[in-house]
Amino acid sequence: MTTAQQATATTHTARQFHLDRSTITGLMFGIIGVALIAGVAPAIDNTTRRFNLERPPDPAGIGFNPPTWIIAIGVFYLITAALGIGPQQAQRWASHARVLSALGLVPLVLVLSLALSDKAGTNVVILLSESLFLATPLALGATTGLWSERAGIINIGIEGTMLSSAGVGYMTYALLGEANSTGWLWFSIVIAVLAGGLVAALLAVLSIRFNVNQIVSGVVINLFALGLTGFLRSEVIFRTGNTSGVRTSEIGLPLLSSIPVIGEQLFTSRPIYWMMYLIVFSTWLVMYRTPWGLRVRACGENPHAAETLGINVLRIRYQSVILGGLIAGLAGAWFSMESQGGFEDNMTNAAGFIALAALIFGKWTPWGAFAGALLFGFSRALGTRLQFLGVEVSGFEIPSEFFQSLPFVVTLVVVAGAVGRSVGPAAAGTPFSTSK
Amino acid sequence: MGSFWARTPPATARVAPPLLQVDNLTKTFPGVVANQDVNLTLNEGEIHCLLGENGAGKSTLVNMVFGLQQPDAGEIYIRGQRVNFRNSGDAISAGIGMVHQHFQLIPVFSVAENIILGNEITRGTFLDINTARRQISKLAERYGLTVDPDARVGDLSVGEQQRVELVKALFRDADILILDEPTAVLTPGEVDDFFAVVKSLTSQGKSIIFITHKLREVLAVAHRITVLRAGQVVGSTTVKGATQQSLANLMVGRDVVFRVEKTQANPGALALQTQGLRAHDDRGVETVTGLDVEVRAGEIFGIAGVEGNGQRELVETICGMRSASSGTVHALGQNITGWSPRKINRLGVAHIPENRSKHGVVEQYSIANNLVLNRYNHKKFSTRGVRNTAAIQAEAASLVEQFDVRTTGVQAAISTLSGGNQQKVVVARELTGHLQLLVVAQPTRGLDVGSIEFIHRKIIELRDRGVAVLLVSAELDEIISLSDRIGVLYRGRLAATINAADATREELGLLMATGSSSSTDRNQP
Repeated sequence: MTTAQQATATTHTARQFHLDRSTITGLMFGIIGVALIAGVAPAIDNTTRRFNLERPPDPAGIGFNPPTWIIAIGVFYLITAALGIGPQQAQRWASHARVLSALGLVPLVLVLSLALSDKAGTNVVILLSESLFLATPLALGATTGLWSERAGIINIGIEGTMLSSAGVGYMTYALLGEANSTGWLWFSIVIAVLAGGLVAALLAVLSIRFNVNQIVSGVVINLFALGLTGFLRSEVIFRTGNTSGVRTSEIGLPLLSSIPVIGEQLFTSRPIYWMMYLIVFSTWLVMYRTPWGLRVRACGENPHAAETLGINVLRIRYQSVILGGLIAGLAGAWFSMESQGGFEDNMTNAAGFIALAALIFGKWTPWGAFAGALLFGFSRALGTRLQFLGVEVSGFEIPSEFFQSLPFVVTLVVVAGAVGRSVGPAAAGTPFSTSK
Repeated sequence: MGSFWARTPPATARVAPPLLQVDNLTKTFPGVVANQDVNLTLNEGEIHCLLGENGAGKSTLVNMVFGLQQPDAGEIYIRGQRVNFRNSGDAISAGIGMVHQHFQLIPVFSVAENIILGNEITRGTFLDINTARRQISKLAERYGLTVDPDARVGDLSVGEQQRVELVKALFRDADILILDEPTAVLTPGEVDDFFAVVKSLTSQGKSIIFITHKLREVLAVAHRITVLRAGQVVGSTTVKGATQQSLANLMVGRDVVFRVEKTQANPGALALQTQGLRAHDDRGVETVTGLDVEVRAGEIFGIAGVEGNGQRELVETICGMRSASSGTVHALGQNITGWSPRKINRLGVAHIPENRSKHGVVEQYSIANNLVLNRYNHKKFSTRGVRNTAAIQAEAASLVEQFDVRTTGVQAAISTLSGGNQQKVVVARELTGHLQLLVVAQPTRGLDVGSIEFIHRKIIELRDRGVAVLLVSAELDEIISLSDRIGVLYRGRLAATINAADATREELGLLMATGSSSSTDRNQP
């Protein structure tokens, strides 16, 4: 073969037109873009609306003209479409554009809803701080899953772990706490955390010691938690008479909370919420910057390799799963002692499963999972907010359930169309037995 | 390689106690005696080859030395001191390092992370990757093992991954290195590099236990040789006076025929023809780049080439497991381009795949079920959608007998068999039935001398019956001794086609490495 032939052989990689992910999502954004510019923008109310930054009366805010914004978003979608369908060289930019476009659905929904409602504006700072607060149990739950799965144990028992902790924690408070006693409240939070560790230890024993299928042991934990907390509520908490209690009190971060306009709204919140940041950060630090974290990750990827280096795989797995359980315990405390101040049956309401989705969304990394939790937290906050706006299309009020589902559509689009395949730890789910 | 170094054990061997001494080690697994009273000594600066067929107990022996398994009886001494390893951590602290046949690496970790795992370098509580990086570079330089500490291990070639494994052991200050079939995964060029590294290791005082069943390599590198058969030491010798023949006979326990006996080929009609074939690998890189190949009935066409030059994609495209991006495949008078694997198989094309565990067998199935995987739905084995278990068992029993599969019964899971016996099951299945074209990739990779001999004989038999054979192999010896014609695959095309009778290792090696040689078109058909 001559050099010239080789050259043609290696350059013969021009992109062929076929329906890959890039082309399909490109076409999709193209269609939405055209619809926004040609259909929605001319039809929509032309009056200026406001994104408020403060509470009424007379709040500071940013005014905007809905059709202009919708045309701007539409144009960006057309660019994304062009990049997606375009030549090989454009693909690097196309993937960034796709992520931005998918996230752009969020302002799009907000702008559209405001334009279609009779309200002049809505407070976006409060919306953001509500999103963050609602993201707390999701981020903590995702961190629980992270510790467990990075060590090689699939944990679908996060939901049950959180629910048990919420129940046991509040029961402790109901039994011991006198009215408005914050000391006993904190004692109960500690008990909730320990309860989370205990439930995770049960999961660990089932999965590691007895090699029970890890999905099954997770399901067992979830069912067990439902039954246990239901019993505790009716037989213990009710009998004490303390069915509602105090919540953790708000803390303003020094300096930050005195920033004008947005400071007080964004930087005043409750302690478990603040601890969530600390936990996500420490998780990143420990997992990626310490020997123990390196070993945990090794046990989730190739436990046999870890074993040949003299690492005690089973011990690392126990430690990591139980550490995750303690974090889930704190998430449980958030439900019954920070968000609500009381315990209700099934009060975690699938947050443990959404946390798992956030974990996958974040490709099993601490900050990625946090971003996923934030997206889902925002979805809940936005859904609630839109209910109050009263959005109407030609006299027909759009049901709130529709808006509550929209952010999940965003997630679907982001994960399927932009983020792509998310691959977890290679050995997660496989039982490990030492070679003897 | 003849003058690599003097092949007498170093003089120190006779004064000090041996570096490693294994005394009457015995290990039994349920139903099998894996090691029976095994003795072994390793002197400082020595390369000690451990030779034996698959299942002879070599791995069990070194696993005990490395602390992964505990002996039932017997003792291990290091520099005269009795040791008792509870796990590999103990063995590592005693200065033993092991490079496993299946690399024990974590693909998503960087080279540095893989190396320090378990022996992390820290500053305070935190990992100190910078210091680790410097130490790794220093080690790499000292022993001629070039590795990039920041590369992701999953992106490295097999040869580079092996270097990472070696640095991993050296990083732990190993004096004794156990290398479990280190050359099985390497290309001929990489094997030469590897021997140079081994030489530099021993010249700097390391001692090596080298497990292999490639006799050529034993004679090239060993100081001393211990041969295991069925869990027992059947011979221990220095390299002086040993020949490939004597070692093979010792290993197998009978006389082994090395030369593949075969008559002149009698080529008939065209059985396989590709024209301008192009195909992409899993990463989307075009690795088959306009390939034309012709194989006739009654001949064996060997494809030589350094791995990654399109072999895998060529075989998969012919067998229908991968779609061609352009070009055609004709087989047995039909244009089979784009056909499904099953349709191609029905036409009379059999395939012995390169990756046995992925494409050759279903590991959870019994031997019997694996033997009828391609015919389970034939009338003979199934009536109106219900499997005829008795017929399947009978067929399996007869094939096991015919192909000399060593097993306790056809109902056992195939994963209980050794690699060589699993391969015999695949060969038995594929060679049974109506078959006119055989596509076979790496048929004897990782197999022992006895199984290799057997499989080679079967392939020749098939050729003599008039079957066309396309043979892809990374073993030059196998290509040369089996093929009638040899095509050298270079960057996705045939760089040359040579009559096997005229081929030399040197010429093929040159063609494989550069895609050209001075005598390229000498034997164009």
